Amino acid sequence: MSAAHDPALVSPRTGRRWLAVIGLETHVQLKTRTKLFCGCEYRFGAEPNTLTCALCTAQPGALPVLNCEALALAVRAGLALGADIAPLSKFDRKHYFYCDLPKGYQISQYDQPYCKGGGIALASGRFIRLERIHMEEDAGKAIHDRGASTLVDLNRAGVPLIEMVTQADIQTAAEAFEYLTLLKERLQYAGVSDCDMEKGSLRCDVNISVRPAGEGWRTKVEIKNLNSFRFIAAAIEHEAWRQIEAYESEDPAQYPVQETRLYDPERNQTRTMRGKESARDYRYCPDPDLPPVVLDASFLERERSNLSEPADSRRARYREQLGLSPADAAALTSERAASDYFEACLRSGIDARDASSWIRNELLGWVGEPELGLRDFAQLPISPRELSEVLELIRSGRIASNAGRKLLRARALAGPDGPGIAALVAQLGLEQVQDDAQLEEWCRAALIGKEKIIADYRSGKEAALNALLGPVMKQSGGRAAPEKVREILKRLLSG
Amino acid sequence: MTLPGVEATRARIVAGTTSAEANLRECLERIAALNPKLQAFHTVAAQSSLARATELDALLKSGAQPGALHGVPVALKSNLCASGHETNCGSRLLAGWQAPYTARAVERLLDAGAILVGMTHMDEFGFGSSGENSAYATARNPHDPERTAGGSSSGSAVAVASGMVPLALGSDTGGSVRQPAALCGIAGFKPSYGRIPRHGLVAFGSSLDCISPFARSVTDLECAMEVLSGHDALDATSIEEPPLLRIASEGALDGWRIGVPRECFDAGAGSGLDEGVRTALEAALRRFEQLGAQCVEVSLPHLRHAIATYYIIACAEASSNLARFDGVRYGVRHTAGSSLAAMMSATRERGFGAEVKRRVLLGTFVLSAGYHEAWYQRAQRVRARIAQDFEQAFEQCEVLVTPTTPSTAFRLGEKSSDPLAMYLSDVLTVPASLAGIPALSIDCGRTQGLPVGMQILGPARADTRVLRAGRAFERKNA
Repeated sequence: MSAAHDPALVSPRTGRRWLAVIGLETHVQLKTRTKLFCGCEYRFGAEPNTLTCALCTAQPGALPVLNCEALALAVRAGLALGADIAPLSKFDRKHYFYCDLPKGYQISQYDQPYCKGGGIALASGRFIRLERIHMEEDAGKAIHDRGASTLVDLNRAGVPLIEMVTQADIQTAAEAFEYLTLLKERLQYAGVSDCDMEKGSLRCDVNISVRPAGEGWRTKVEIKNLNSFRFIAAAIEHEAWRQIEAYESEDPAQYPVQETRLYDPERNQTRTMRGKESARDYRYCPDPDLPPVVLDASFLERERSNLSEPADSRRARYREQLGLSPADAAALTSERAASDYFEACLRSGIDARDASSWIRNELLGWVGEPELGLRDFAQLPISPRELSEVLELIRSGRIASNAGRKLLRARALAGPDGPGIAALVAQLGLEQVQDDAQLEEWCRAALIGKEKIIADYRSGKEAALNALLGPVMKQSGGRAAPEKVREILKRLLSG
Repeated sequence: MTLPGVEATRARIVAGTTSAEANLRECLERIAALNPKLQAFHTVAAQSSLARATELDALLKSGAQPGALHGVPVALKSNLCASGHETNCGSRLLAGWQAPYTARAVERLLDAGAILVGMTHMDEFGFGSSGENSAYATARNPHDPERTAGGSSSGSAVAVASGMVPLALGSDTGGSVRQPAALCGIAGFKPSYGRIPRHGLVAFGSSLDCISPFARSVTDLECAMEVLSGHDALDATSIEEPPLLRIASEGALDGWRIGVPRECFDAGAGSGLDEGVRTALEAALRRFEQLGAQCVEVSLPHLRHAIATYYIIACAEASSNLARFDGVRYGVRHTAGSSLAAMMSATRERGFGAEVKRRVLLGTFVLSAGYHEAWYQRAQRVRARIAQDFEQAFEQCEVLVTPTTPSTAFRLGEKSSDPLAMYLSDVLTVPASLAGIPALSIDCGRTQGLPVGMQILGPARADTRVLRAGRAFERKNA
């Protein structure tokens, strides 16, 4: 976004300049082995109520015990976002009754979150400040669309979340989109979360109000049910204009009220979910089952040293130190796994440009191909050492570069336990034929009946040779070493 | 009491004087004879306990090392989870409910060779001081069945006091073990907060709840405490250090200073101290002096706020802890209409008794926006002051001695229509709960034929010291 960026929304009817005031509350699921307060694991899409225990189902007498892995990941998220980690924080109970909330309260952090401050710098240089980050447990799921009764699945109950609350620093839908994209990247790189909205491991609510430029803040509205970054941007855009039109109607009865609205992506509009009058009193109180969380300096230091280099810093390094193009640098860092893979390639001695071009032109494109069954880059079964082997085979002329591509695909298809590169080369017969006698035999065969081409060549048309090369390659199944074929053809024709 | 206690029971079985089975049969006979009148148990697991006794006898015969509680029959308060047993918490809402797991403390008893005989009556969810708030039956005081056995661990106290079992577990949130122990003339020990893991104890006031044993002597309590104590990975608030020790002492307390908090002997403690209780306590203090100890007067200036503080915090936590009883996953569900909210309301309306509703309402109120600071947060600050009072007092003495209750067992029905009077009778037990310190109640005599309980308090985690003082007193008294 350029410096000339103007966040104002200019009313087409009145010409007035309005500014949107936007804050985001983002929940992400921490990538832990087990839940926040018990030993149950969690897998998206598992059979309902199979990943639960006495605690998940709130059996009387069951007690929560903090999962240290979740705490470490939460701290890492805070560090990755440049926030201040509180040396002392505590857990609180947030009370409300609902069938997917087994204990009748959610364990969360109220007035002493583990993390304050931090934020994300946008490309424009504007900084979106975080107010706080806190840990909390997820609720279960109420399922209303399978018959007359509501069904409850408690698999998700107790899954560790962190909630990141921004200050109302965001001014436009585009900024919200950019903030979320960078946030997701930062958290993925820190290894904190998958941030997969489709699987619910990233969820975001929007708080938005509008004000005429130069005036103070007005009533804010919360928007929920936002399932993608694109919808979030669209909902913000729509809601800002809805509020502007409401104010410009000059009818106070139409003015926005403090409420929660749901976004309907099909109609691209928001509608009232619940008003302020039913605002809940959560009756927060400290959770007496959980001692305060005390984080000492050595723990923070360890987590800080575990933190991986963020994407933006990697991109800069690839451009400035390795001389890659901005497009290559962006592609290589599009996924943490790809970037890590690239770095491992460098460590195994592969030239940066070679590694970059193979990853970008081949490997990255394979993710999501049904034939290969790779859900993400991290599942790629080709080790950097194997890639290096293949590149060496090409460099030494033992295989053609086209065969290199085939070889890598075959290796990817074979899966992690499949045969190695050398075995595949033999299995697929990809090694170039260098044997003079064999090559000469193919060449002689190719010359039969090609008197016109031979004459052209002999009359000085060098390019005519290419017309002979094709048939030789075809007959050899692509394995004939092309340089040698040229030499032999030349020798035969000059004879 | 002529019946053998914990140590003696185990010793007789291990020596072969009797068998676990024969001993258990005697207990079961006694229960059959006395329970209809005294209402200690709501369920007696005759079959499973006999099977267990036979198993233990076979184990012993096979040469296996007997556990510390080998063959000892135990009773559990109905808010403790034991797989296969009914943990109804004295509530209609949990009628028939069996936990899908066993409480850590119960597991420790069973691992040590104890035999689980049955589940005992209690005030619903622990809310009460007389046993009258049970949805099932009110346990009766063995010394006078027209009188209360105390509460809320009423049935467990009666089971031990009447000799049905030598050992029982209760839970003490504001005195629910110490008070019935005092009124029934037995020993009850609320350890330091966290000493016995709470895993598997149905929560009332989580920051106050302590699983606590009843026995007929301090020595027996020590036996049980050795088995029950220690950190558990499933309770983040449980403690290990310092370990509980049984110091072999011959009972002398030479050089000990016994702190006597003047507020506990004043009539102004909120509920007037009964003259008979005062006389018994004064005699007890003389006996401590005969053991070599010296009595010193100390002051606990914030004690007068203890009842208010306790009822705010305990009710706040109870309202939160009881939120899970919504009819969705377990318990007796009542439906009304088709909405979730209506089902939850009907389940709670019909499942909970009056005292539970009173406390949930109180607790909900003190945690509400706008009242939170004035009530709950202020109570937390006063709680810290009370704990500080104790710390200061313990700079002047090794242990404190007070009456456990201001009066002896009252008549059933006497206070049941006056909740405030009932709350005030907890004045001497709630301070130790708020401070999380160990507190022992032991029998120290009779007035008008009814037992008087004496409370011995020690600094946080000084459980060993409190039990040692109690044992010394008991030997002197014997």
